[in-house]
Amino acid sequence: MMGATGLSVILIIAVIITMLVIIIVGGKDQISWKFLTTFPQEGMTKGGIFPAIYGTALMVIIMSFAAVPFGVITALYLTEYAKENSWIAKGVQFAVRTLSMVPSIIFGLFGLGFFIKFVGGGMDKAFFGGQLTWAQPNILWASLTMALLTLPVVIVSVEESIHSVPRDLREASLALGATKWQTIRKIVLPGARSGILTGTILAVSRGAGEVAPILFTGAAYYLATLPHSLSDQFMSLGYHIYIMSTQSVNVDQTLPIQFATTLVLLLLTFTLNFVAVLIRSRIRRAH
Amino acid sequence: MKTEESRSLEENPGQTEKQESISTSHTGKFVFSNESLKKQMRPSEFFAEKIITGVAFLSIAIIILIFLFVFKETLPIFSGKALRKTEISSTKQETYGSSGQGQNANKQEVYGSSDSVTPAEKQKVYGATADSTQDTTASATAGGLSYKEDDSGEGNRVSLKGLAGKIWMPVSDRPRYGLLPLIVGTFKITIIAILFAGPLAILAALFSAAFAPRWMREIIKPAIEILAGFPSVVIGFFALIVMATFFQHLFGYETRLNAFVGGVAMALAAIPIIFTVAEDVMTAVPSTYKEASLALGASKWQTAFFVTLPAAAPGIFAAVLLGIGRIFGETMIVLMATGNAALMSMNPFDSVRTLSATIGAEMAEVVFGDTHYNVLFLIGTLLFVFTFTLNATAEFYVKGRLMTRLQGKK
Repeated sequence: MMGATGLSVILIIAVIITMLVIIIVGGKDQISWKFLTTFPQEGMTKGGIFPAIYGTALMVIIMSFAAVPFGVITALYLTEYAKENSWIAKGVQFAVRTLSMVPSIIFGLFGLGFFIKFVGGGMDKAFFGGQLTWAQPNILWASLTMALLTLPVVIVSVEESIHSVPRDLREASLALGATKWQTIRKIVLPGARSGILTGTILAVSRGAGEVAPILFTGAAYYLATLPHSLSDQFMSLGYHIYIMSTQSVNVDQTLPIQFATTLVLLLLTFTLNFVAVLIRSRIRRAH
Repeated sequence: MKTEESRSLEENPGQTEKQESISTSHTGKFVFSNESLKKQMRPSEFFAEKIITGVAFLSIAIIILIFLFVFKETLPIFSGKALRKTEISSTKQETYGSSGQGQNANKQEVYGSSDSVTPAEKQKVYGATADSTQDTTASATAGGLSYKEDDSGEGNRVSLKGLAGKIWMPVSDRPRYGLLPLIVGTFKITIIAILFAGPLAILAALFSAAFAPRWMREIIKPAIEILAGFPSVVIGFFALIVMATFFQHLFGYETRLNAFVGGVAMALAAIPIIFTVAEDVMTAVPSTYKEASLALGASKWQTAFFVTLPAAAPGIFAAVLLGIGRIFGETMIVLMATGNAALMSMNPFDSVRTLSATIGAEMAEVVFGDTHYNVLFLIGTLLFVFTFTLNATAEFYVKGRLMTRLQGKK
């Protein structure tokens, strides 16, 4: 019986290693500087994935600008301002938990119904005389949709790091006559800096890998130019993998590129996660 | 000792004087009269608190908005006001007619028997517009417009009875929106995935919590949690390219992409969640339980299986529920690895189409405000409500039952 438990651990880890090895072996020959910096050519069978990398990077940056301030403020509320057992505090906690478990495709639906149709449609009506400008998939709506999905990641991480700011520091600051807001700004936030960084990195890693929310809020399979305004569509690594492996004309010919793209995405998310883990363990050791 | 020391420091008259003089010279406010001890009204404090509370409140608003907006788009189904954009579609048909036609034909084929995930039409659209900038999805959507066709007849209306039908064929002359095959498909995938992920993850958690020495646990936990770092599209890709072929060779079934492949791939996504939660719960079982059992002469594995496992049962149940929630909502893996044919069959080696995959595959090419569009949002509402209930139940179990059990009476 004890053997069975050990065996399942070995089995799971073996599967993980197999996945990693197959993806690395399949993709490593294709990856080169040129692959990372050129546009796809000849119907995706040649060339690189630069626009997908650029699009993913741009999206996670816009996403961070939305998710991080919002997440930090919500975490501040939960740790500093919320009164225990007040219905708002309970409601916010419940909402954050709910948000973290909503299926990612639902965010996509919400992005379509709310951002594109409602907000975008409203903007078009108000500013563009009904001309189709914002009421269609674009990088802004995709990033905001993704921001909603990654919000709980930021909140949880920041909350944890705020809790780790020693009570003594806070009390010392208050005792010196600083107000609550001054204490937060001068003591709590700087103390939680690395937690905010961890949260941001984890959110970026999550956002870079998710595809479902951007399926119909802004990702495109192929664009000849890079997105240069917020109302442009964009290419993304995850979406690129999905489309190439399921809907490209010649799946076999693009296979090396698919593997290489997958490897790039994996490297990206793993590096980010690893950095986050490092920072986090340093925080834990510091306190 | 220490306190005395510090007190003596504080009592050092010179130092205190110095400090006082500094603070008074800076602000002049440190006069301890009743006046200054009263809480002052500071606008910056007031606004900071209000703004922070307001922003935090937004997260509640988001949840409500998500539900409202997803649900709002399903309402036309029930109010019978499903738009039929015959006017638009007829003009669109002229422009995109041919591609639309092809799409219909292909779609039917795909829903009927396909074992490939690839609607041939999509290749055409994506292939053809590969050089144009933004028109890619635009034309895909426009192509979608045309399957509203000129049938202004009854086929377009959807009733509750229609939703309970056995045929999901939204893109045809007489579209039918029977959700039953999708629901069956979702459950099939879920059952297969949980049959793999549940036992594996729980046993692994038990090993980590009960048998593994400390150093080994510190390797096992992060190693398994690496799996949670795999983007689902990567797992889907792996299942599609590697696992599907491997299993086909192994079992020799016909359709390469099927519920079994999808289920196993889904298990990979669910394992880290179940493992993490179950492991946490098992480590939380008080050591007095285990020590009592060992002291009574039970062996190590007897203790693990008959003491730790039952004590952690509600938590493990919650872990499995969370895993099911993840499987239910997961889109990319099923979209890539299950073949996406909406069949009603119990054979695990047939293609399936799940609720989430249906949204993912069809939403991009549907007409805004069309019945099909509304039905997809209805599916979204179903998914939302279902995962919500699952997670709420899981939480109730962890908080309610487990804590009562482990800590005596609350």
